[in-house]
Amino acid sequence: MIHRAEPVGGPIINRFTSFLLGLVGISVILLIWRFAAGLGATTALNDGYPFGLWIAFEVVAGTALACGGYAVAILLYVFNKGEYHPLIRPALLTSALGYSMAAFAIIIDVGRPWFIYRIPIRVGQWNLNSPLLEVALCVMAYVGVLWIELAPAFLEKWKETGSGGLRRFAESGLRFFDKAMIWIVSLGILLPTMHQSSLGTVMLLGGPKLHKLWNTPLIPLLFLVSCIAMGYAVVIFESGVSGAVFGRPRHTAMLAKLSGAMVVVLALFLVIRFADLILRGRLGLMFHDWYSVLFWAEMALFAVPLVMLSNARRRQHFPTLFKAASLMLFAGILYRFDTYLVAFNPGRQWTYFPSLVEILVSVGVVSLEILLYIAIVKRYPILAGRATAPEKA
Amino acid sequence: MSVDRRTLLKGLVVGGAAAAAGPAEASEARRPEAPPDAVGMLYDATLCIGCKTCVVACREANGLPPETPEWTEGLWDAPPGLDEYTKNIIQLYREGDEQSYVKHQCMHCLDPGCVNACMIGALQKRDFGIVTWESDRCIGCRYCQVACPFEVPKFEFHSANPKIVKCELCIHRIKEGKQPACCEVCPRGAIIYGTYDMLLEEAHRRIEASPDRYIQKVYGETDGGGTQVLYISHVPFEKLGFPQGLGDEPVGKMARDVQHGVYKGFIAPTVLYAVLAGVIWRNRRSAGEEESS
Repeated sequence: MIHRAEPVGGPIINRFTSFLLGLVGISVILLIWRFAAGLGATTALNDGYPFGLWIAFEVVAGTALACGGYAVAILLYVFNKGEYHPLIRPALLTSALGYSMAAFAIIIDVGRPWFIYRIPIRVGQWNLNSPLLEVALCVMAYVGVLWIELAPAFLEKWKETGSGGLRRFAESGLRFFDKAMIWIVSLGILLPTMHQSSLGTVMLLGGPKLHKLWNTPLIPLLFLVSCIAMGYAVVIFESGVSGAVFGRPRHTAMLAKLSGAMVVVLALFLVIRFADLILRGRLGLMFHDWYSVLFWAEMALFAVPLVMLSNARRRQHFPTLFKAASLMLFAGILYRFDTYLVAFNPGRQWTYFPSLVEILVSVGVVSLEILLYIAIVKRYPILAGRATAPEKA
Repeated sequence: MSVDRRTLLKGLVVGGAAAAAGPAEASEARRPEAPPDAVGMLYDATLCIGCKTCVVACREANGLPPETPEWTEGLWDAPPGLDEYTKNIIQLYREGDEQSYVKHQCMHCLDPGCVNACMIGALQKRDFGIVTWESDRCIGCRYCQVACPFEVPKFEFHSANPKIVKCELCIHRIKEGKQPACCEVCPRGAIIYGTYDMLLEEAHRRIEASPDRYIQKVYGETDGGGTQVLYISHVPFEKLGFPQGLGDEPVGKMARDVQHGVYKGFIAPTVLYAVLAGVIWRNRRSAGEEESS
């Protein structure tokens, strides 16, 4: 019954990965320019919109898209649903890569990255009122935790194929992991609970600049709930893509059950979102101006996958599942973009649209992420193997 | 096992409820108070003639270069607003027959959004309640810019080693026993320097002495939790470029109430961690029993 994870194998360099490598290369050149010339010369960031594409996409949306490891871990370890075990490793890999890329984006986005190391070490100077400090510390810690959670995939391989020293290291590493697993996994659930909600709290400091349809003390709860839904959606999305590309079993039945959990979380999100706005007397703003249209577009993107998956029988149909998950991801991304950029209005004199450099670097960061994903699943036991015949979708 | 899934869920629900109820329950003591040594400035829009002497003096006192946009053929210092080279600006607001100059610089809030935002305290209220920036603690994240309702902190976007640029009330001059450069040079006494208490009293005295001349409000007395730079004017303040919908609460208050309401110091995360570990331990043990049986 248990699908053992196996490396996919095959050459890492092919036409597609070479193309990705080219995109990464362009980013490297652009980033050299960014560090030599400063942010003004290379980005569209300005004093009114100090947070731009790199923060909204790579960090805020990117870490939510990297919540697969978190969302599956909740089901697997807290709700004790052992059947989801084949999903955890690929989910952890996308999470580890997503969070690493977010950390990288922060390094290129901040003006003085050479001082970042001071944030974790200057404990006495910590401003505990700063939501961003909480996010920064949690994200730094969580990147480490994710790679540790994923470590058995690498250690297993080295144990089998490594020579002398590497094999002994792998064996002792696996033994350590077996003992410390509870504490590591708990940390892997605690940290995202903290910082995914705080990513919402961050924008509360925008105060009057954040539109009233988005500015609510429940932002942290909404960010937390939606990131869990996005976590499930990304697992379904990734299964679809890696199933098609690598011909791996898709676990449709399992994903259908997972989407049931997603439906519950999605419904919770919409109930909180609407109840909050209605109870705070902001109903009128829902039918007011251009922001109202944006709000409804966002809500529709959340509601459509909910409707698509509300019927248990339709959840068994993989294409429906895949489409609903994709819409769900769009919804979560849009909600984050709105909160950080579109519904943030510093005054009429300011405008922001990302520069070509910002866009190309973002493309490069995503390319690197995909490239590393392909390389790792081809060499290390991440995806469930073909132990059983692939299920029919 | 005393700790089970239900306890955990209950914990999560209570946490969520605390997040929801936070602002109402965990509300802080009234409005922030000025530090005992607080100094500030009072700007009287009825006196200002827009000569911009203060803008030039600010440049000299703070070693900032003039800004000569192309349309001035490189001849005049004409900054469009506060920016990475300009910590103090005079702007004209005109609507029909009504017009007024207004001076903008850091408001030195009693409970500043930027200070609330700053991760390791690069921006802090230091001596005299003046909000100053310490290079050594800044990573250039620009969260202060998001958090400032007055759009004051500016970032050196032109630089590969950028700093935050903002009015620090000429603290270097104050420590030498002088006043801020803008106050010293103003030929009309439109901007004056003093202790916070004295300035607040003077603002009210002027309004009471000539009620026809002024709008009946001292801007900054309560706005955004109160500021150490105060304004009196003959035109409504919303026409002078002050933020709309700011209210009397400090911008950081809601975020603090939510964050501390949920975290309760660091108790909530610690408890959650322990509960998670307990649940996972129990689940794992029962799974092990099933396998061995």
